[in-house]
Amino acid sequence: MTVRVYVPRETTAASVGAEAVALEIARVAKRRGDIVRLVRNGSWGASWLEPMVEVEFDDQRIAYGNVDVEDVDSLFDAGFLAGGEHQKRLGPTAEIPYLRNQDRWTFFRCGLAESLSLEDFRSRGGFAGIEAAFAAGSDEVVDRVTESGLRGRGGAGFPTGIKWRTVAKTEASQKYVACNADEGDSGTFSDRMLMEGDPFGLIEGMLIAGFAVGASKGYIYLRSEYPMTQRILDKAIAMARDAGWLGNNIRESGFDFEIDVHLGAGSYVCGEETAMLESLEGKRGIVRSKPPLPAISGLFGAPTVVNNVVTLASVANILRLGPDRYAGLGVGRSLGTLAFQLSGNVKRGGLVEKAFGLTLRQLIDDFGGGTATGRPVAAVQVGGPLGAYLSEAQLDTPLDYEAFADIGALIGHGGIVVFDDSVDMAEQAQFAMEFCAIESCGKCTPCRIGSQRGSELISKIRSGENGADHEALLLELCDTMEHASLCAMGGMTPYPVRSALQHFPQHFRPRAEGKT
Amino acid sequence: MSPQDREIAVAIIRSFDARPEMLIQLLHGFVDKFGFVSNDAVRLIADELNVSRADVHGVVSYYHDFRTEIPGRHVVKICQAEACQAMGSRKLTEHAEQRLGVELHQDSEAISLEPVYCLGNCACAPAVMIDGKTWGRVTSDRFDALIASEMDA
Repeated sequence: MTVRVYVPRETTAASVGAEAVALEIARVAKRRGDIVRLVRNGSWGASWLEPMVEVEFDDQRIAYGNVDVEDVDSLFDAGFLAGGEHQKRLGPTAEIPYLRNQDRWTFFRCGLAESLSLEDFRSRGGFAGIEAAFAAGSDEVVDRVTESGLRGRGGAGFPTGIKWRTVAKTEASQKYVACNADEGDSGTFSDRMLMEGDPFGLIEGMLIAGFAVGASKGYIYLRSEYPMTQRILDKAIAMARDAGWLGNNIRESGFDFEIDVHLGAGSYVCGEETAMLESLEGKRGIVRSKPPLPAISGLFGAPTVVNNVVTLASVANILRLGPDRYAGLGVGRSLGTLAFQLSGNVKRGGLVEKAFGLTLRQLIDDFGGGTATGRPVAAVQVGGPLGAYLSEAQLDTPLDYEAFADIGALIGHGGIVVFDDSVDMAEQAQFAMEFCAIESCGKCTPCRIGSQRGSELISKIRSGENGADHEALLLELCDTMEHASLCAMGGMTPYPVRSALQHFPQHFRPRAEGKT
Repeated sequence: MSPQDREIAVAIIRSFDARPEMLIQLLHGFVDKFGFVSNDAVRLIADELNVSRADVHGVVSYYHDFRTEIPGRHVVKICQAEACQAMGSRKLTEHAEQRLGVELHQDSEAISLEPVYCLGNCACAPAVMIDGKTWGRVTSDRFDALIASEMDA
């Protein structure tokens, strides 16, 4: 009898040896005469357990965590093909608390399904969303997305339904769907994990967006740091095309849609939607002034839906299961789920999809298990390099867009980076300015030059040169950057700087008198 | 540029139908094939796309991915962003500079050592990329082992 053995084909799993483990399992099985079918799924998101291998029998999956190439022989000896006992055995996948306690909506197929199997995708609800869309008609699709309360998951949190309505109502012979897969924030990897683990899920989301607004062409702007993702997406798009899910008159619906993948080239600011559009047009990634909104005049001047990967991938289930189900999750105006990403100095790093409303502390302690080093948590940066550093005292803030805005912070794309008490927050603040200086597109002076001066000022403060005066000047500079930059690069670099200064003033004094 | 290289370069440009909006995509083709974008390449691309050399140069110089000098035989990138910083990437970078004998942003004949701002491998930090392959949980010892195995390959 053939036994199905799952080994993720996913960047993080591969980065800690999953490809070698997969090869070794195939080799040992062959040598022993065991008939094994290797299934390449995505990662479940429990990155701390990677490489995580699963064996399927009697309709359940048994997981083995942190499997090394050297473990493979002993796994076979222990009878792992029948779920045998072994020191790496974790038990049934469905009962791992880290996974069991999540609210999987957008990532429900991720880890579960074979990433590049259309059959598997179909059998787990795949393409039921676009079929529901065809049946409902485009106006109704926009209504349902609006009712679900879905907001853009790329960081800005703009209501998706309103954006789609604007594009749908704008008359034009050509419209576009531009998927922002330029996931440049440190501490974020949910877009990547989705594209690698459920690529057809993104394709379906783009089809629905295109159908809803009347666009016939979609682009995925993928960052070049994700080569494995690119290979998986290219394959998935070719498979979808062969099966008639892309191209002309898709499934006799009269709807035409094509998708191309375009690579970024290492520019952080191209994750900003208008810089991304410039880059998609083959130009320098310089931020555009708004208005006009991309929804009215976007790619090549045409009305364009610009959505993040996770936003688009959330839509299929909204149509399949109903907007009420989605809106029933979450709190206040933050409805549905967010795929939080735990990283940095945390024991159990990975992806945790939860309804909005739990606290940062629950996420870091209950899921993350505290720091990897075992030292106390000192600071947590939420929302990428432009997000505020939160102190230990702020960890009870509920994860919801408005509650975070109230404390001068942002949830952004859901990245959570944990630092222990060995961190030097003045060094982190200086890095925020340096990063802005490196990545600024150069259009706005406060961002281009202010970041350079900001880094110099922090350096002077750290060496004790006129500390108080330079600190006042730094805060003034932060004000100027915040209010006189077009986009979030210059506008929000002050967030990590000011929060570091506010919560960790002792770190900004020279070492002799301050931090030891 | 040798006649053979020129032929390859023209083929890359024409595989994108010489469309100006494909400039970034075709520059990736140049870096994949030649490792960098030379002055000759800029001139050729401008001619083929019927745009100015300044337009091409502007794009080449804007993006980190487009080198204008020959890289080392192997390209090693170390993530310098926050999640990796929290797990010791600054120390790892110092170790790498010593081990490889080149500083960050520098090239030797054998190696180019570059910073990168996030490889999306943040839950298994610190992360490095060696010749296009991403590795995680990279301690100093593991870095040395990876360098030994990946550079022989």
